[in-house]
Amino acid sequence: MTRISVRVDGASYDDDVEPRTLLVHYLREQLGKVGTVVGCDTSNCGACTVHLDGEAVKSCTVLAVQADGAEVTTIEGVAGDGSGNGQLHPMQKAFHEMHGLQCGYCTPGMIMASLDLVKENPDPSEDEVREGIEGNLCRCTGYQNIVRAVQQAAAEMRGSDGNGNGHVAPAEVDTAAAPHVVGQA
Amino acid sequence: MIPAPFAYARPTTVDEALQAIAEGGEDVKVLAGGQSLIPVMRLRLAAPETVVDLGRVAELRGVREEDDAIVVGAMTTHADVLADPLIRQYAPLVAEATATVADRQVRHRGTFGGALVHADPAGDLPAVALALDAEFVIVGPGGRRTVGASEFFVDYLTTAVQEGELLVEVRLPKLAGSWGMHYEKFNRVAQAWSIVAVAAAVRREDGRIAEARIGLTNMGPTPLRARQVEEALAGAEATADAVAAASQHAAVGTDPSSDLNAQADYRQHLATVLTRRAVSTAAGL
Ligand SMILES: Cc1cc2nc3c(=O)[nH]c(=O)nc-3n(C[C@H](O)[C@H](O)[C@H](O)COP(=O)(O)OP(=O)(O)OC[C@H]3O[C@@H](n4cnc5c(N)ncnc54)[C@H](O)[C@@H]3O)c2cc1C
Ligand code: FES
Ligand code: FES
Repeated sequence: MTRISVRVDGASYDDDVEPRTLLVHYLREQLGKVGTVVGCDTSNCGACTVHLDGEAVKSCTVLAVQADGAEVTTIEGVAGDGSGNGQLHPMQKAFHEMHGLQCGYCTPGMIMASLDLVKENPDPSEDEVREGIEGNLCRCTGYQNIVRAVQQAAAEMRGSDGNGNGHVAPAEVDTAAAPHVVGQA
Repeated sequence: MIPAPFAYARPTTVDEALQAIAEGGEDVKVLAGGQSLIPVMRLRLAAPETVVDLGRVAELRGVREEDDAIVVGAMTTHADVLADPLIRQYAPLVAEATATVADRQVRHRGTFGGALVHADPAGDLPAVALALDAEFVIVGPGGRRTVGASEFFVDYLTTAVQEGELLVEVRLPKLAGSWGMHYEKFNRVAQAWSIVAVAAAVRREDGRIAEARIGLTNMGPTPLRARQVEEALAGAEATADAVAAASQHAAVGTDPSSDLNAQADYRQHLATVLTRRAVSTAAGL
């Protein structure tokens, strides 16, 4: 077992993990963050995408021990105040309004990859969106409405805070009830 | 699936890393970005006894200038390579090829050194390093040595980096000014590896091609130089016809595989077409 300290969606955790534990399994099974899903065994589908220190990564292809000392944002930390209970993030809202999902399995990863894209390119063209989310596979929608959703969200994000910065900084949350939480920074 | 159990070491210096490798037992694997190693371990195609994670070895990260070369640390991520001003100025071919690697998530983790040591025949950076005559700096228990690109790529997934050794950095000669470069990659779907790709660097002088360096991706177990094309281009007029004629030799001496994506003879055809496109663009035609 190896001791790791991570911040996930605004809360700090100290945990013992086996070095072979994948980050996605740590998030889902040890922290209960089941919003992040696993869709493949080959690092292709992107369903497991989270932000590690602000950058989109495939959490099935990162070991939990590699995230030691890092800040992780999952789909559960994107809405409102970061507790997952507040208002939908503009990116989530756009996927909803533009029908950017059908079964919804790819959606958490699509949203995390799209936020990463929009942070780098606040006003992506249709082609740039398609290329920006090439690491995420959707078996239902045919991508058309996903591309529209990302462009609509990008427009709203440019308008709302003026700088189009898509990085979602998780807010502080009350984690007193979670047994493995040892403190909040 | 998840990887088989292993012991985990996380050194912070190259010396500590070498020691961890030496003490790691029979089967030690070095972990760079993990974008090839972790998938392989998940499938249990590799089950090392010890994994030595280079993620905290700061001295292996970053790009610096050294006289007539730029030096890329092995642990510099694909994303950092893409953002680097020295690479953009002196080795735009590296940036162009790196932009075609995988997807943004993989590029945030995967490293320049990892992609070169992994030496997948379909990987995009080995042919670029070969075309640029890169030099590889390797350290091990016996000290430090420098290996040229032509000796670095030994066989399928095999490089000059021996057990117990580390690739620490790669020196790329500065090519700018009259050099033009282009990476022409052929694949069919998003985030896919190259079916065939061609890396070309061309120096033009007075309407002629003074020198051409051409690397082929996925035309054999290792990256290859298209020497016959290079010879045919040296001193040739910089015209579309001359480039097309020279490119006919692109498949000479290659040994591509046949797989689900393409038969060997189709790959050889692609090599000639993609070489023509890569050289034409590099030469500004
Ligand atoms: C979905 C997907 C698509 C991809 N598509 C492409 C593509 O289109 N083109 C392409 O070129 N690549 C592609 N890749 C591979 C990607 O470029 C990897 O980043 C790269 O092959 C390995 O780099 P890494 O840093 O992740 O190395 P790791 O996976 O950590 O290591 C790879 C191997 O190299 C060894 N190693 C790594 N660094 C060192 C070192 N410094 N010294 C000694 N040994 C070392 C490791 O022990 C291991 O055996 C893709 C990967 C994925 C998951
Ligand atoms: S589950 Fe991670 S890429 Fe598919
Ligand atoms: S909505 Fe079903 S996979 Fe994308």
